[in-house]
Amino acid sequence: MHEMSIALSVIDAVTEKARQEGCSVVSGIELVVGRLAGVEVESLRFCFSAATRNTPAEGAELIIEEREGRGRCEECGATFPVESYHVKCPSCGLFRVRIESGEELSVRSITIE
Amino acid sequence: MCDTCGCSSEGGAVLRKPGMADYHVHIGDEDHQHHHDHDHDHGHSHSHDHDHHHHGESRKVEVEQDVLSKNNLLAERNRGWFEARRILAINFLSSPGSGKTTILEKTVPMLLEHCPVTVIEGDQQTTNDADRIHALGVPVIQVNTGTGCHLDALMVQRAVRELDPPERSLLCIENVGNLVCPAMFDLGEAARVVVISVTEGEDKPLKYPTMFHHADLCLLNKTDLLPYVDFDVAKCREYAMQVNHNLEWIEVSARTGEGLDRWKAWLISRLSGL
Repeated sequence: MHEMSIALSVIDAVTEKARQEGCSVVSGIELVVGRLAGVEVESLRFCFSAATRNTPAEGAELIIEEREGRGRCEECGATFPVESYHVKCPSCGLFRVRIESGEELSVRSITIE
Repeated sequence: MCDTCGCSSEGGAVLRKPGMADYHVHIGDEDHQHHHDHDHDHGHSHSHDHDHHHHGESRKVEVEQDVLSKNNLLAERNRGWFEARRILAINFLSSPGSGKTTILEKTVPMLLEHCPVTVIEGDQQTTNDADRIHALGVPVIQVNTGTGCHLDALMVQRAVRELDPPERSLLCIENVGNLVCPAMFDLGEAARVVVISVTEGEDKPLKYPTMFHHADLCLLNKTDLLPYVDFDVAKCREYAMQVNHNLEWIEVSARTGEGLDRWKAWLISRLSGL
């Protein structure tokens, strides 16, 4: 729901990083978006082109790695992929899963000139 | 345009106090504040120099930074501040109309026997909720988010600065009524309490799993209405436990007082643990 404000936060972060590196153009941005991060990736892409206009990141290539969630059953120790917080352990059938990854929402790298 | 002071701040949140029509503080990225008799120029300009274009000299730089780091870092600072002062900050979340404010109206006098209590109210508009808390005689500040749908760490930081809660006290933060967005924004609270009422569907926890997954306690409110609605309490609790097996659960009626002693005991135990 906040994809536009997320896009703007990303652009703030990358332009600041570019500035710190002494560069004025950001030509590429790599994001990691976990399946459980609550972000709609297509919406984010859509917002990006509008959000980068008139910034050092205008026209930058946006690469988004969508990371799947992984859970670990606190009862039997099994680990497995998860797509939501409502998840039953495929081994023992209990709803006692700890989410180990899949909630990421981060800028992994930028390509600057 | 702000219709209280006429400044050109757009869209940002505003702090208000019950019974003080002249008091308002704008919260924004520029973190400016003014009172209605001051005039400030809020314009600022950007310039982007694109004259230099180095072809073939591009390089990749690792960033590895959380996108919500700005809010999360400020939330951690809030958290540190609360912990240092032994202030128990509780974030109350729910749909609009679940009974958060009524629960607070009952909670405040109950806890005042034990420690000072202060309140931050969050709503898009009006000071209605802050007015209700003000009538109980405790310090309260209203955050009007305007178009915003959730409180964030900056709003809480600014409100706390105005409220100045004493050490060893309870701070109740009533978030904007919304089961979606507030779940994403850490405020620096010690615990999240999600409120649902028996007039809602018992499958709420499955429909809003992020909110229930990130809560510490669920208060099921309006239990006095159970004879009049088809609400399966056991099913609701089961669904909630499926999305968060660590979730604590207390059933209450803010109106009749049923269950409020268990709620009070939960708060006191958290206060003792500070």
